[in-house]
Amino acid sequence: MHDGSAPTLRETVEEFLYQEAALLDAWRLDEWLALFTEDGRYLVPTTDLPDGDPRKDLVFIDDDMVRLHARVERLKSRHGHREYPSSRTRRFISNLRIKVEDGDIVVNSSFLVYRFRLGESSPYIGSYEHRLKRVNGELKIQHRKAVLDLEVLSDHGAVSIIL
Amino acid sequence: MADLKNLILDNPDAGVFRVHRSAMTSCEVLQLEQERIFNKSWLYLCHESEVENPGDYRRRNVAGRPLFFIRGSDGKLRVFLNTCTHRGALICRHDQGHADVLQCFYHAWSFNNQGDLVGVPDEAGYPDSFNRAAMGLKPPPRVESYRGFVFVSFNPDVEDLVTYLAGALEYLDLIVDQAEKGMRIIPGSNRYSIKANWKLLVENSLDGYHVRPTHKTYFEYVNSLGINTAGVQTAFSRPALVLGNGHAVEEHDGIRGRPIARWSPLFGEENKEEIAAIRAGLVRKFGEQKARHMADISRNLLVYPNLLIIDSIDITVRVFWPLAPDLMDVTAWQLAPKEEKPELLARRLDNFLTFHGPGGFATPDDVEAIESCQAGYKAEGVEWSELSRGMHREAIAEDELQLRAFWRQWFGNLSGMGKVETNDPVMRQNAALAR
Repeated sequence: MHDGSAPTLRETVEEFLYQEAALLDAWRLDEWLALFTEDGRYLVPTTDLPDGDPRKDLVFIDDDMVRLHARVERLKSRHGHREYPSSRTRRFISNLRIKVEDGDIVVNSSFLVYRFRLGESSPYIGSYEHRLKRVNGELKIQHRKAVLDLEVLSDHGAVSIIL
Repeated sequence: MADLKNLILDNPDAGVFRVHRSAMTSCEVLQLEQERIFNKSWLYLCHESEVENPGDYRRRNVAGRPLFFIRGSDGKLRVFLNTCTHRGALICRHDQGHADVLQCFYHAWSFNNQGDLVGVPDEAGYPDSFNRAAMGLKPPPRVESYRGFVFVSFNPDVEDLVTYLAGALEYLDLIVDQAEKGMRIIPGSNRYSIKANWKLLVENSLDGYHVRPTHKTYFEYVNSLGINTAGVQTAFSRPALVLGNGHAVEEHDGIRGRPIARWSPLFGEENKEEIAAIRAGLVRKFGEQKARHMADISRNLLVYPNLLIIDSIDITVRVFWPLAPDLMDVTAWQLAPKEEKPELLARRLDNFLTFHGPGGFATPDDVEAIESCQAGYKAEGVEWSELSRGMHREAIAEDELQLRAFWRQWFGNLSGMGKVETNDPVMRQNAALAR
């Protein structure tokens, strides 16, 4: 991967996000869950209120680790009908901007997530904000927000996969 | 398509109620629905709280027509067709905003927030017959509101809204009266499409029969949080209710809890006292019996043709419009009391997310179910959908009476009969005996 010198922060963060995307695309969801800190959070605001605060505004998804585990169980179940059979997905992540805040790494990036199922394909496009922490020498996700650029979920009907 | 007269088989004596599947697939049917339902009925537009201050506006499509609503400097909410009276351009080009004056960008005609045409560049260029006072923004033929819910109709001769709402009035009251200082729409909306006929979402939203099989994963999740969902077995055994004019309600025992006002672990220890206090307030104000109905029972209310209010672990307001026989646009909002404390509001919103909405643990499966029905119709060989459940008895929430009520009024409108009796004959007889 490199010439033996220590990887730069950018290389480390890029590799982390690409690994995360690969786990999600491969439906290795338990391994993906293990990337979060115990107080991890996953948030998707509505399309009309990208800065929505889940405590006072309506959002699409606001999962603490209890609900995120339940979401994964649901996605693995044959009774999670919107994703049974599972869709195929392919994630593209780019335009990373990385800053360090209070010792945490805050990464803003662009995403394009294609979902294919039952003869249809529909892209989810938007931006991620990851807040990463070092826990026992490993990077973990404390906060993961996916903000959609779509005006309406016109082709999708749902956010049934993990964005 | 099937002959219009034969879109529905409704023979109570034989226990037969079937809907011809072309009702969900035919372009001619959709065109008739536009003419005879969406151009004739009262249609939900918005809630008054969405434009709180003078000058606040939002735009929204109703039955395919671009409208916007704005609170004037005089404090009055008005609704306008979103088109310049000059040459037609959209006047309101933001989804929401604030304006004292709206200016058409094409020729710079300006309208104040009460709709009057207040500025025409080089007005002297028009002949004497040009009457600026008559060129104000045009409202839809009828606009009326009931307790904060604003409806429009494109039918100038439509009956007044209160008459139209019939038995649904009592249920709207039951919802609005939960608030001390009125209800408001919470910021943020769910906007999504479903590749299915719009009437399938009417059916799905009133259908207690699908809840247990379709939403198994949701109940597993709720169970894991310490809610005893064994009661779901009987929660849907309450009587089904038909409210006239196509309106209907499916009521069930609120075993998962309700923000107003039945505590469950879903609402957290921090809200236990608050919910008890709200309940006590309702009992004081309305008496034990009505308070019980408001606070302990959950309900999915259909205001015909396409407004659903789901008053349960949260209050969802949902409206949907057909774009094609097999495609609809859905918008959903959360309704909450203006005075609701932040901790309880946070739990209400959290509960919404567990079940409702595109990222919830239940709504996506409803979307999948009705899209699956629509896909199945392509097989064609099966001509009819079966909707006779509970037709031989006093129907319960888990039966299909509410669906039949919708379909009967739908057929009444489509066939030109107008208002029709929507109840099952067995229920009509019982009602007559009760009198």
